[in-house]
Amino acid sequence: MKSWRRTKAIAIKEVLQLSRDRLTFGMIIGIPIIQLLLFGFAINQDVRHISAGVADLAGTSASRSLVSAVEATQVLDVNVHVRTGDELEDLLRVGRISVGIYIPPDFERRITRGDKTAADLLVDASDPVILGQVQALRLMPFNLRKAPGLDFTKSPGPFEIRAFYNPERRTEVQIVPGLIGVILTLTMVLFTAIAIVRERELGNMEMLITTPVRSHELMIGKILPYIVIGLIQVAIILGLGYTVFRVPIVGTLSDIFLGSMLFICASLTLGLLISSFAKSQFQAFQLTLFIFLPSILLSGFMFPFDGMPRWAQVVAEVLPLTHFLRIIRGVILRGATLIEMWPEVLALITFFIVAMTIAVLRFTKRLD
Amino acid sequence: MTGDIAIRTEALSRYFGAVKAVDSVSLEIPKAQIYGFLGPNGSGKTTMIRTLCGLLTPTSGSAEVLGLKIPDDAEALRQRIGYMTQRFSLYEDLTVLENMRFFGEVFDMEPARIDARIAALLEDYDLGALKDRQARAMSGGQRQRLALAVATLHEPELLFLDEPTSAVDPENRRDFWESLFALVERGTTILVSTHYMDEAERCHGLAILDKGTLVAVGTPDALMDDIKAQVLTIETAEPASAKRAVQDLPGVLSIAQLGQRLHVLLDPQTEEPVRHVEEALASRSVAAQVTQVRASIEDVFVMATRGKTRRQRGRATGEAA
Ligand SMILES: Nc1ncnc2c1ncn2[C@@H]1O[C@H](COP(=O)(O)OP(=O)(O)O)[C@@H](O)[C@H]1O
Ligand SMILES: [Mg+2]
Repeated sequence: MKSWRRTKAIAIKEVLQLSRDRLTFGMIIGIPIIQLLLFGFAINQDVRHISAGVADLAGTSASRSLVSAVEATQVLDVNVHVRTGDELEDLLRVGRISVGIYIPPDFERRITRGDKTAADLLVDASDPVILGQVQALRLMPFNLRKAPGLDFTKSPGPFEIRAFYNPERRTEVQIVPGLIGVILTLTMVLFTAIAIVRERELGNMEMLITTPVRSHELMIGKILPYIVIGLIQVAIILGLGYTVFRVPIVGTLSDIFLGSMLFICASLTLGLLISSFAKSQFQAFQLTLFIFLPSILLSGFMFPFDGMPRWAQVVAEVLPLTHFLRIIRGVILRGATLIEMWPEVLALITFFIVAMTIAVLRFTKRLD
Repeated sequence: MTGDIAIRTEALSRYFGAVKAVDSVSLEIPKAQIYGFLGPNGSGKTTMIRTLCGLLTPTSGSAEVLGLKIPDDAEALRQRIGYMTQRFSLYEDLTVLENMRFFGEVFDMEPARIDARIAALLEDYDLGALKDRQARAMSGGQRQRLALAVATLHEPELLFLDEPTSAVDPENRRDFWESLFALVERGTTILVSTHYMDEAERCHGLAILDKGTLVAVGTPDALMDDIKAQVLTIETAEPASAKRAVQDLPGVLSIAQLGQRLHVLLDPQTEEPVRHVEEALASRSVAAQVTQVRASIEDVFVMATRGKTRRQRGRATGEAA
């Protein structure tokens, strides 16, 4: 009873302080929105209207229909026509165009002979997204039947139209559930990592540890408000993902929020653990990044888990984000239930208990 | 006599690596008194207080606070002590009321008692008008009153105050000491550290610390009476010349300049000290007025720390420090 009162006092104090810290408050709302929009729109693989130039040295009706077929895909906008390949390269170098279409004089002969590719695409490869986009184009995904006079049947290179339409439309859908995990990792870990170190830096801790408050009361009181904040962030991301990016939500909301809450608790205790090692807020920040980077790289958010080397998979299994991604993608996209995903749920609970125990044990009411 | 002793330390030491912050200090501090730790910055006052609060583990030696062994029984001690840290350690972004309520709850006080104590303390420490003001928007004196109010909120038997007046103007310092005496009258024991001589003089008992060691201990009066020196002041228009005239005289232990005055400590063996000094000044034709005065706490301090540092210390712990 006394213990709960002290824990509650810490939690209320934390909320009061938070409500006066405009910057942090803004971050709570701002980080999810900004990150979601950045990932959703800016890092969208579906790039269209890449500016392009053409050097058509063949000048036949066949070459002209190739150009209009390319334009029809809307991936490239042909803005410039030049006479030589060198001019095309110049434009590319100065950045006027990102892609150059070079059609050699013997274009038609190449098609009929079929021993060489008929035309070249010069690509500004400094932008990986454009490169990826144009690689898809190189596979001639556009409908060639609508380009009269072109018969590529003898020409090398298979038509992989399938690869063109699919990945774009799936990116946001895959990214939004993952983003819930990434954003929570960043904010939750950081908030608690800093929360305790800050009290130490500002000198509040010296007073606080002279009171009868217990380590576990302090730890739990500190994370309680952030659980609510984390759930608010989940609601924001989910709401935006659903309305702006039309991410389908197949599973139940209660499973989504319950699963998120487990992950929030795990991340918050990870933050507490960091704060028991960090000597300053700056160190806490560095340590958070130290956790954050492997989390986004290895958890399966950026790269498919199955494609990673064995050691990376082992590391990834320790990170809460890995388990949460499996849970949240399963629940949101495939309609799985938490009960079905019990091994992941268990992993998060175990992480929470272990990290909390270490954090409480490491926190002594001493200054030495 | 244990019943009348609030704190007892035996050869208490706390080192930080090679730094002997507290070096073998043995002390007995009686209850219901204001006991002062006097010493310059770095003399180990804060380390001493932190160790007695159970916040630092002693390197060696032992300490008993309110009959509890430190640091083993530190947790049981928490309810019974109040600690006002040297640096303001309440929450700057909480208001006066919020800070008080928070610490009341953390100290397990009943809600009704919290309210009653807050009302009384707002009155006692003149904080009523500021009760909704955030601590960061308060002056040094106001913060100090708030810190004292919070430290005494749960009515501790023993109060540790670490340089409580360092950020406070002289007038507020006087008021502050009035409130300390009021607390002592109600039976509270107060341990206060300071580097102000005038504050040290107001304590019932005094321990002078220098570089972690206890160099003198006793009541201020006894310390001033027992000083092993004679004290003279020289009033002169040419203090620099006067200093040159006196500094190499046999028996002179220390000279400190205070504006137009020189403060001279002489060996107690020196006979007719006033004439001795007057003659020296006359031989250099320095016009001056020499009088013998009673030793101050500062003189006690200078004498106590003299043995450790051969060279003249001057105003080692002057007001400006
Ligand atoms: N946490 C610490 N780590 C290392 N040295 C310390 C620490 N705290 C105090 N010291 C050193 O111990 C000595 C005494 O310091 P302190 O107790 O703060 O003195 P005071 O309070 O009298 O100014 C100083 O030399 C100080 O540098
Ligand atoms: Mg100090």
